[in-house]
Amino acid sequence: MGVDLWYALVGAVIIALSVFAFISARHLMKKLLAFNMMGSGVFLIMVGLPQHQHGVDAVPQALVLTGIVVAVSATALALVILRRYVRSGGDPAP
Amino acid sequence: MIRVLGAALAAIITLLGLTLALWFAPATQVNLPQQVELNIDASGIAHPITAVLLNFRSYDTLLEVAVVLVAVVAGLALRERGPRVTPHERSADPMLQALTRRLLPLLVLTGVYVLWAGSYAPGGAFQAGALVAAAGVLARLAGYDIASRVDRLLRLGLALGFILFLTVAVSAMFGGRPFLNYPDEWAGSLIFLIEAVLTFSIGLTLLSLFVHAPGDASPQGGGDYGR
Amino acid sequence: MMIFDVILGVGLVLACASVYLSNNLFRSVVLFIVFGLLLALTWTRLQAPDLALAEAAIGAGLTGVLLLDTLGTLRKIRHQRAADDTKKHEEASS
Repeated sequence: MGVDLWYALVGAVIIALSVFAFISARHLMKKLLAFNMMGSGVFLIMVGLPQHQHGVDAVPQALVLTGIVVAVSATALALVILRRYVRSGGDPAP
Repeated sequence: MIRVLGAALAAIITLLGLTLALWFAPATQVNLPQQVELNIDASGIAHPITAVLLNFRSYDTLLEVAVVLVAVVAGLALRERGPRVTPHERSADPMLQALTRRLLPLLVLTGVYVLWAGSYAPGGAFQAGALVAAAGVLARLAGYDIASRVDRLLRLGLALGFILFLTVAVSAMFGGRPFLNYPDEWAGSLIFLIEAVLTFSIGLTLLSLFVHAPGDASPQGGGDYGR
Repeated sequence: MMIFDVILGVGLVLACASVYLSNNLFRSVVLFIVFGLLLALTWTRLQAPDLALAEAAIGAGLTGVLLLDTLGTLRKIRHQRAADDTKKHEEASS
């Protein structure tokens, strides 16, 4: 088994763990962390699987690079909404 | 309890499905690294990832910049009115002050280097933008309030990257070429120009999502967070 | 595949699991930052230095700052609410 396929499998395990954490966690912040890690698992598969077949591949790497930037801005937006929600009386751990 | 069991079931199904999909993944028909190798000379950029980002798949990048812009617009819409931090609220810690004053120029310089290196080595607009944003966050944490003082300029800066990218993309159509197609002799310079402005915009975007997040001080004076 | 890859992969999975398992939110966020740094190492193992650079700057740096800042805000609001509650309680009993 090559390095690339190994990390793709690690990505699959991370996605499964994050799915579990995302559903069963109570605190919204923890849900957000789980969601972020799910994204990281997807990125690992997205880079690992093509590189397993064709060697170092710039196309999925570039796509994942845009994905990382989108993920951080989505996280920041989620945090803004979370802060607004808690400030207007919401409970972060329903 | 039911929730945990359901979550465990969902996780196991996900894991099984993904592992099977990875193990029996069909061989792809197109050899992408070879395609990139063949076309890299025509792209005007020597580094393959930057070439993919801003030439071969520039449509994705354009849409990504649009998504980030939408995120920051939504974030700014949710910010709170009223005076934020007074400019005098500098940290009293002399160590932090001195360190910030020395680190800030270095961070910005590293950002510019990473941007410049992006055309022939690992680096590029997104990493440089992240460094610029990190510099801004550091300044903000040390008490220098940059972003909320120049409010109108900030809003222009947020959209500048997208506007320039779109202008370049559309202007190709006036010359009879397809959308997002660079003229051959200008490709390298145009890509660098777009990257430079994108760095500025992405840095500013990430910074203002941090700076304008709703704070803990209640502007209307206590007790407005409801029951 | 080196022994390093095995350790790194297991470390990623462990970091992901412990983000969920820790019952202290602050510890979760710190473990999430650790996860981001391990992921940056993983990208270098997958020969994607661009992604490693972006992950270290964005995934570990910026996201960490955002999460910790939000955590501080949530804590302050909780303290403020607790203080208000005791105040109201005293007013009601007097």
